[in-house]
Amino acid sequence: MSYRRLASPLHAARAGAGCAYCLALACAALLAEHPIMLAAVTLAIAGAGCAAGVGRELRRAALFAIPLAVMIVLVNAFVSRDGLTVLLRLGQLPVLGHTDITLEATAYGAILGLRAVALILCGALYTAAVDPDEVLRLFRRVSFRSALTATLATRMVPVLVRDARRLADAQRCRPGKPPSRLALMRAASSGVLDRALDVAAALEVRGYGSAHRPPRARRPYSRHDVAFAAVAAAIVMLSVGARATGAAPFHAYPSLYSPAGSGVLAIAAALLACALAPFADRRGIG
Amino acid sequence: MTSVLRVEHLSYSYPGAERPAVRDLSLEISAGELVVLAGASGSGKSTLLRAASGLVPHFYGGEIAGRVTVAGMDTREHGPGELAFAVGTLFQDPETQVVMGTVRAELAFPLENRGESGSAVARGVEETALALGISHLLDRSTSELSGGELQRVALGAALAGRPALVVLDEPTSQLDPVAGDELISLLRRCNEDADTTIVLAEHRLERCLSAADRVIALVDGEIACDADPADFLRWAALGAPELQTPGARLLAGAGLPAAVGVKPARAALRERSLLPDPRAAGSAPALGEDRRRGRPRRVTRPLRGRERSAESALALARVWHELPRGPAILRDASLVLMAGEHVALMGRNGAGKSTLLRHAAGLMRPTRGKVQSAGRVALLLQNPTDYLVHETVAAEASVHSLAAVGLSSPAFAGRNPRDLSGGERQRLALAIVLDDPDGPPAVVCLDEPTRGMDRGRKGELAELLAEMPAAVLVATHDPEFVAAFADRVVLLADGAPIADGPAADVLAGGTYFATETARILGGAGGALRPEEGVALIAGSLQTEAVTAR
Repeated sequence: MSYRRLASPLHAARAGAGCAYCLALACAALLAEHPIMLAAVTLAIAGAGCAAGVGRELRRAALFAIPLAVMIVLVNAFVSRDGLTVLLRLGQLPVLGHTDITLEATAYGAILGLRAVALILCGALYTAAVDPDEVLRLFRRVSFRSALTATLATRMVPVLVRDARRLADAQRCRPGKPPSRLALMRAASSGVLDRALDVAAALEVRGYGSAHRPPRARRPYSRHDVAFAAVAAAIVMLSVGARATGAAPFHAYPSLYSPAGSGVLAIAAALLACALAPFADRRGIG
Repeated sequence: MTSVLRVEHLSYSYPGAERPAVRDLSLEISAGELVVLAGASGSGKSTLLRAASGLVPHFYGGEIAGRVTVAGMDTREHGPGELAFAVGTLFQDPETQVVMGTVRAELAFPLENRGESGSAVARGVEETALALGISHLLDRSTSELSGGELQRVALGAALAGRPALVVLDEPTSQLDPVAGDELISLLRRCNEDADTTIVLAEHRLERCLSAADRVIALVDGEIACDADPADFLRWAALGAPELQTPGARLLAGAGLPAAVGVKPARAALRERSLLPDPRAAGSAPALGEDRRRGRPRRVTRPLRGRERSAESALALARVWHELPRGPAILRDASLVLMAGEHVALMGRNGAGKSTLLRHAAGLMRPTRGKVQSAGRVALLLQNPTDYLVHETVAAEASVHSLAAVGLSSPAFAGRNPRDLSGGERQRLALAIVLDDPDGPPAVVCLDEPTRGMDRGRKGELAELLAEMPAAVLVATHDPEFVAAFADRVVLLADGAPIADGPAADVLAGGTYFATETARILGGAGGALRPEEGVALIAGSLQTEAVTAR
């Protein structure tokens, strides 16, 4: 998965605004406890991905995130000793000891799993829709080397995936018994080192070694920059407000408490509307 | 004239190397010169370029003696980062040189590293893009570019800071003939318009000598010749025949002094009335023209009933390869290889050559169409290192297979495969794919096997392929190599064969996919190699003598 410039309001916004938007959504996912709020955040991220034209990338990330979420639900259900509503009595199990599966532990596991899905989708949205070169430019004034290392690490991922595919193809062309996994691992790591050395040499000759602190670039704020920055602030305010005022109350233990009142629904709807609003304006996105 | 690069008594050994890569090397290159570095693999060309860019010794380590000064900066005191102000560098593999996500960011990167102002960066990017004809690519992602486009972008990044010196290490080795010629023209234009000094290491000298002011030939890390291109060719005829261009060999065979480039060579032959008439009988026809009847012939061969028989080693019938949500890479491609036939597959970067080979070897499944073979299809992909997974050469393949590629000597057996030279690695990878206890393959496919190889090693590989009893299919951009081994050439464009015929017909009838001999002789007699050209000239002289009598 890598960034590709597409005609969408999120791609048209400057990297700072894009980063703030993704960060705000991640922040909302971390602050939300109520299942309706979390579902709204997840839906907002998925909707933003589709509206930005990177739905396929998000779907691919979901293929990894959903099994992880299921695993979190199962682990929490088996490991947690809290909760009053017993769904299943499993008795003595090796390693785990006396095990009862409770509704509360299962529900809380589901909350944790949904949060993990939301965070992974948010990461995927950032990777696919925010220009890493602009992010580098943004952060290089603070710490150039760290920013460059981070950006190169993301750039190396598709390169190494291609290398791995090539290595696998070459091994398929070998007749007879396939080489051992150890031999393949050794060859792959040696290839990665060669690749890293080549990229390092290229960086040196482009003057990276004597990099100067770049001047501040002046660029007028576009309607999309303003929209995404404002929406990011609104999402954070809504999430923090809901948490601080207890407008979306939730606790899993000892017994499940998750009222779905009009207040919660209103905040969730507002958050969803807020997150998707900037995509309505499609002027100047080409 | 001002000296841009001065090398004084440079000797350098890589860490752990038994002998120095360059020895007591001294030279001076003045501003505005376009210099070609010639020499076999391992002669020290890349090391000299690395010394000019400061990578030697700062990046590679090792032991160095002597002094290298670039635009007044001593490389012992200034690292590659500082030298980047004065030197732009371009390596062989475009994919490892591009470090940013978009073309615009890639061109801006060296300027930003220099601390240029925002407006200076923007202006530098625009000017470079316009000069190299890549302004339409500026907002494209670098991961979407073809090899030729990537190499242009990498050249743009090297030129963006308007360096006094640009050093290039075999920049055309991965490009098709069209993209390679375009790159050389761009270099010439940068040299002429901006007075940029250019030092270019290249194996395919016939491609770049006509653009050069001076040629420096290295042999075993020492300067063997430093002269203008014409004098270099005269020296090569006696001192290093493997560095002679095909054109120079043709003229030498005809008893004429060497000339640099196709046009002067043709003029030299015409002056002595030695240039055969391309319209004379036996001349190669233009693509698509029937040699015997003078009417258009079918350029693609349909699969006939006889060819589906046991005689055919490989048959691709109406094969399509369509990417999900993407273009079709192969479009209704049909190709039949008879047992023992040696075929070259040519075409531009992205024409579908590698995909076709992968289908032949069963690495890919066609979305439509059928692939049949008479036995196993061995495939050697572009990067031989991908095949090498063991600690020693002996562990990689059987003794019999190693002997077939000339690597059975005990000196090789205990060596680590990754320590072998490029040509040796290529041969070892070939031994690996040929090595099958169930018997030899019916078809051997090779994808760009001559990338970065010098003329001597190409000749060895051509001989090796010529001796193979199996059908051989080689995807390549190198017409001189094709002329040395192929009976038949298939030209691919947009995923389908557009010409298919004897090598003499296809290579002599075109311009870009033609050997230098064929271009000089205008395709006369279908002569592709200098020896064939010399024989043709001698034959036409005899005919004239008989007619005169």
